[in-house]
Amino acid sequence: MTALPADQTPKGFAKRVLRPRGATFDPIFGFLCGAAATLLLAALTGVMISLAIGGWPAFAKFGPAFITSTRWNPSPDVVGGEFYGGAGPIVGTLITAFVSLILSLPIAIGVAVFLTEFCPRILRRPIGIAVELLAGVPSIVYGMWGLFVFAPLFAQLVETPVASWTPPPFMADFWNNIIIGDMVPNGSGILSASIILAIMILPFMAATLRELFLTVPAKVRESAYGVGCTPLEVVMSVTLPYVRRSAIGAVMLGLGRALGETMAVTFIIGNAHIFPKGVFAGGSTIASTIANEFAEATTPLHTAALIALGFVLFIITFVVLAIARALLGAQRQA
Amino acid sequence: MVALAGIVTLLLVAVLVISALVAILGNLLRARKLANLGFTVFCIGGATLAIVALAAILASLLANGFSGINLAVFTQDTPAPGSQGGLRNAILGSIAMCFAGMLIAVVVGILAGTWLAEYAGRTKWTSAYGSVVRFINDVLLSAPSILVGLFIYTVLVARGVPLLSFISLGHFSGIAGAISLALLAVPVVTRTTEDVLRLQSRQLRESGVALGAPLWVTIRSILWKAASGGMITGALLAFARISGETAPLLFTALNNQFNGLNWNPADAFGLNGPTANIPVVIFNYALSAYDDWRRLAWVGALLIAAAVLGINILVRVLSAEPKRS
Repeated sequence: MTALPADQTPKGFAKRVLRPRGATFDPIFGFLCGAAATLLLAALTGVMISLAIGGWPAFAKFGPAFITSTRWNPSPDVVGGEFYGGAGPIVGTLITAFVSLILSLPIAIGVAVFLTEFCPRILRRPIGIAVELLAGVPSIVYGMWGLFVFAPLFAQLVETPVASWTPPPFMADFWNNIIIGDMVPNGSGILSASIILAIMILPFMAATLRELFLTVPAKVRESAYGVGCTPLEVVMSVTLPYVRRSAIGAVMLGLGRALGETMAVTFIIGNAHIFPKGVFAGGSTIASTIANEFAEATTPLHTAALIALGFVLFIITFVVLAIARALLGAQRQA
Repeated sequence: MVALAGIVTLLLVAVLVISALVAILGNLLRARKLANLGFTVFCIGGATLAIVALAAILASLLANGFSGINLAVFTQDTPAPGSQGGLRNAILGSIAMCFAGMLIAVVVGILAGTWLAEYAGRTKWTSAYGSVVRFINDVLLSAPSILVGLFIYTVLVARGVPLLSFISLGHFSGIAGAISLALLAVPVVTRTTEDVLRLQSRQLRESGVALGAPLWVTIRSILWKAASGGMITGALLAFARISGETAPLLFTALNNQFNGLNWNPADAFGLNGPTANIPVVIFNYALSAYDDWRRLAWVGALLIAAAVLGINILVRVLSAEPKRS
């Protein structure tokens, strides 16, 4: 067999035979795919740049006071004119997100441990699937439940007793300034919003943690049981350390959700543009402020201030999500 | 429920205090067993609490939603307060916007996912760029949806990009709503496409080369075909995600008291104007003072939750989870 090397085939013949049909489209297809990937990059950059430009008038006018001041005054007719200081919503966002995380993290770990260690084998899959399904329920459903079902119960069972309790003198200051604030016992406020947020991120965190716990090799866990460890000791000294990095990443993802959540919060936080005066007092978050006021913003400066708040939220969540992704690393959990 | 939470917490504290006491008093084994008992109670209590809370939400959703469902919900438009009405225009608007959004998201997402899986690893530079895009995609995947709405508002609603002149932009419109939904769906599609393409074996790619097919034909006819199940799953998950999104629609699609949809392509099927949609109707009606409106809000919430759960269950059935210990 003497085959001609490709570069020695006669001219005119080579093109027809060696170039497969449709090959001209190859670079175009590659370019389209690359363009689509670049579109993703452009989208995120676009979000950041458009928020920065849209919010610039507010940043330029108020400077650092936009972050530090608590005065949020959209009406030009009041003394001092329009003024926008976002400290109330910014702090409200951070407080609700962290409180909800503190409330839901132990329970999420409990659920995940229950599903991997204690749950009867028959119930494992159904409950695990149920938790994952609940993680997909739209947040507006949680918000509605919070508004119509949770808030009245919370007002009646918790806030009314709390309001009528007189603290002993030595802790009166703490009680009135940090806990109660200017509570209106109607079921809405920082704590209610945090509880609803906690319920909302619970299935997501539990499902992610369960996935992580399942990545621990059975042999490692069994060997710990083999040397006489109790389930508590297995979880504390084998399971948790094994998934520590990714677990922190998963928790940060949950935090990212809580920070940016709009609907579950807007219904129940009370929407008061003030620096939160207490755990039970009304407040606002960045997302709830934008959702409530954006469509009704009358002056360009008001719109700019809301977009500037959006930019602050973008920076906060971007940092949290970036840390989460770095910690999750190659695991790439949803 | 709150009372239940209180009882569980009290129980936990009691058990923990007792176990601490025993630990101090000696007898290590009993202390360890007690601590473990406390932990067990905590886990079971936590799981019970979570299930009870989530069951309570679903139960009230079913109770309040089902009582309001009737034929009028599907045949009449959203009413003025005090008069009879349904959610027809909102249902149609939601479906139209979700499908339009998915159309964009599937095209962009599949191409981007294909680039990440098939093209990114070729050179040092493209693979570096690929990991940047992958990171950006992961951030977009969990970025607050209200910021996506703000972005689309500043770009398409407040100004209007002139190059899209055949669609009228520069005001609240269903198109803007669909694009913001697309932006939320793209990362999900990209991610699942990349993941399932990476699972395809090397032999499949080699078989395309062996047949002398150009790369894009190999991808189209062999890899996409082999990965189609996973890609459909990703698209369905993205669809489930955007069908419940409210925040990005608040100031892009806005709302519309009437059915704005029509069959005129020149009018973008009616998506050129403000478009009614279930999530925004729920938001407006739930916060209103009228009982009829609140009833419709519950019905809307039930419809959305049912749709989302239905799609998720469909995904489960399509891709049965591999058994694990």
